[in-house]
Amino acid sequence: MIIEIGHFALVLALAVALIVSVVPVIGAARRDAAMMALAPVGSLVLFALVAFSFGVLTWAYVVSDFSVKNVWENSHSLMPLLYKYTGVWGNHEGSMMLWLLIVVLFSALVVVFGKNLPETLKANVLAVQSWIASAFLFFILLTSNPFIRLDPAPAEGQDLNPILQDFGLAIHPPLLYLGYVGFSVCFSFAVAALIEGRIDAAWARWVRPWTLAAWTFLTAGIAMGSYWAYYELGWGGWWFWDPVENASFMPWLAGTALLHSALVMEKREALKIWTVLLAIMTFSLSLLGTFLVRSGVLTSVHAFATDPTRGIFILGILTLFIGGAFVLFAWRAPRLKSGGLFQPISREGALVLNNLILTVCCATVLTGTLYPLVLETITGEKISVGAPFFNLSFGLLMIPLLLAVPFGPLLAWKRGDLLGAMQRLYLVIGAAFVAGLVLYYIENGGPVMAALGLALACYLMLGALADLWYRANFGKLAFNVAWRRLIGLPRSAFGTALAHFGLGVTVLGIIIVSTYQTETVVEMKQGSTAEAGGYSLVFDGMRHAVGPNYTDDQGHFSISKAGVVVADTWSSKRLYTARRMPTTEAGIVTFWLSQLYVSLGDPMADGGIVVRIWWKPFILCIWGGCLIMMLGGFVSLSDRRLRVGAPSRKVKVAKPVKPVMEPAE
Amino acid sequence: MTRKQKRMAVIAGGVSFIMVAVLLVMFAFSQSVAYFFMPGDLKTAQISPGTRIRLGGLVEAGSVKRDAGSTVTFVVTDGTNTVPVSYTGILPDLFREGQGVVTEGSFDAASHAFVADSVLAKHDENYMPKEVADRLKKDGVWEDGSGKGMAQPKGEAAGAIKP
Repeated sequence: MIIEIGHFALVLALAVALIVSVVPVIGAARRDAAMMALAPVGSLVLFALVAFSFGVLTWAYVVSDFSVKNVWENSHSLMPLLYKYTGVWGNHEGSMMLWLLIVVLFSALVVVFGKNLPETLKANVLAVQSWIASAFLFFILLTSNPFIRLDPAPAEGQDLNPILQDFGLAIHPPLLYLGYVGFSVCFSFAVAALIEGRIDAAWARWVRPWTLAAWTFLTAGIAMGSYWAYYELGWGGWWFWDPVENASFMPWLAGTALLHSALVMEKREALKIWTVLLAIMTFSLSLLGTFLVRSGVLTSVHAFATDPTRGIFILGILTLFIGGAFVLFAWRAPRLKSGGLFQPISREGALVLNNLILTVCCATVLTGTLYPLVLETITGEKISVGAPFFNLSFGLLMIPLLLAVPFGPLLAWKRGDLLGAMQRLYLVIGAAFVAGLVLYYIENGGPVMAALGLALACYLMLGALADLWYRANFGKLAFNVAWRRLIGLPRSAFGTALAHFGLGVTVLGIIIVSTYQTETVVEMKQGSTAEAGGYSLVFDGMRHAVGPNYTDDQGHFSISKAGVVVADTWSSKRLYTARRMPTTEAGIVTFWLSQLYVSLGDPMADGGIVVRIWWKPFILCIWGGCLIMMLGGFVSLSDRRLRVGAPSRKVKVAKPVKPVMEPAE
Repeated sequence: MTRKQKRMAVIAGGVSFIMVAVLLVMFAFSQSVAYFFMPGDLKTAQISPGTRIRLGGLVEAGSVKRDAGSTVTFVVTDGTNTVPVSYTGILPDLFREGQGVVTEGSFDAASHAFVADSVLAKHDENYMPKEVADRLKKDGVWEDGSGKGMAQPKGEAAGAIKP
């Protein structure tokens, strides 16, 4: 019965979403306060209904109600409780429910935090959010209903895909979706601005916190997904340029660009049209990602099930929203007045360069991801575009951006001084070169790329610190005065520095891992030894173990350095009994920032076993850097000036004096 | 420089960056794209040794042999034609005889055998690589929903280790 109520709540949600999609827009056009007031109330009701429905589905999982087809297909009574909760979104229907839940959650957040938004803008934004929610409600109800019943109810479920029975599933999809779908708010703000035909610095100030929040979650989601793939798949890789990874990476690139261009718009009232376009593009890429993942058009590790009707439906949603938004853009954008002139060498100029490179890089990834698809449709030829393509094209194009990063914050708005910035950075550049040379010396030559890469990473990290150093005016002022200035800097300054520093840390990890990692594939028998990364591994033998819903064959390895045992690890081959599906559980040992990664292969006829051992130096920097970037996002988000509701008062005063709003600085 | 000249310089800079990007993408495509073939295609297509391709099909039942060390040889078939493949490394968990597989590598000039450097593994036990499934469906060898059907794993514990 409760299942049917959940289903009914979803249908009711669709009705509410349709009302909120239409009435407030008409209200905003007619300046009808009552009609506009429907938007916040409707959005909150919508959230409550979808949350209830989602809760019902979760309940069905927790009590293992196998009369629900979705639960039967993806759960098992013996599954640990945590995975019963997370299993809700470990399948197509459930993950679409999560998608929907997050769209309406963001609508509700706009209501809660946007108390001071102008009525018309708020009504339009919430209506656009409801368009998205309606489209996905239709999609779920018509093609991917999670509440379908089975009669008679099976006694036991088919179990969740073992790869997904991991703590990673608990956090990766929700974080990723918070990012992905969070950009819907930017999209809604952009479309609402186009509907109103008016846009100003205050608009940018409202949009920026949402962009920042979505970006922060997306960063976390991608990093988490990367680490999960690394430890769970047993292939030892952390990024595969898999189409689905690209699908989440493209909105990240576009979102990063948006974050920076919204800054220009907020501070200088320039790049208005571009910022609106970018907001539309970012969410379009999120939708495209959803399409690529959910339709099964791509060969990917994330494609659960292929059902052509779903693909066509999502393609329809995609066309409708992207096409519609671009038509609206083409029609309305000429009405938006742009302003704010600046010299090429200036903070704005640097941010334009950032945008240029990020969007071109994003286009490169898009090309590489879609080209096989397009070619197959046109000529029928099947090709694969893999890591070498992306490393060559994307990798090279990113270098100028990385070189420019430390310069950006040091240039003044409007008219910057490149020579001055250079003078401030010469110590940083020098130190980075020294670091590269030291590495080159230690390694007795070694790969030149590694030395240059290390120099680049150091340059990024030190450059971020130099920004804070010069802002606080260390060196010119007395230490304690400068220290007080440093403490008093706006949090967004720390956010910027942290994010740029984190980028450097990630680059460091990528460079070191890709040049110095070692891989050893060796057949081992009990008592035999292998070497990796200066450690010796002794294979002590196998044992058999039984878990709640799997059996495990575990190999034990003792790891020693210079004859002293420093660590040990279990690496195993696991067989999930319900699906008879084997997985590899790698044994991972962390040494400070580096890791030893041991995965078991097949047993040999003579009693030995193939073992693959990777030495991954500095690999934790890759995700550590992402965590620092994320921290930067949160610090920046906590800046008083950026609080979601904060800009309101200023705007209320400013609105009547329409023509030109003076930027805050 | 006048303002106009400056603006032109900026636009020229932007356009040239995009041009460089386009050229780079085209170059990267020419360098690193691998075409997909099935054993039957290789009779007509001339592939010179050393050219990277993807080879897909089914792993022929009973063809998997392990040499000393970590090299494995197996035969990829599309029902009528076969290609022997050798691979050094650890096979993915879901690699089974009779199941679909996609390997990437090139033909060795001396031995004419296909030397794979990667064997594609996927998350799902019913999974059939899309390229392979499309072709097999066309040839009527395999159909949707029979994921496990034709490939009933003989040693379903192929990946599991008997202590």
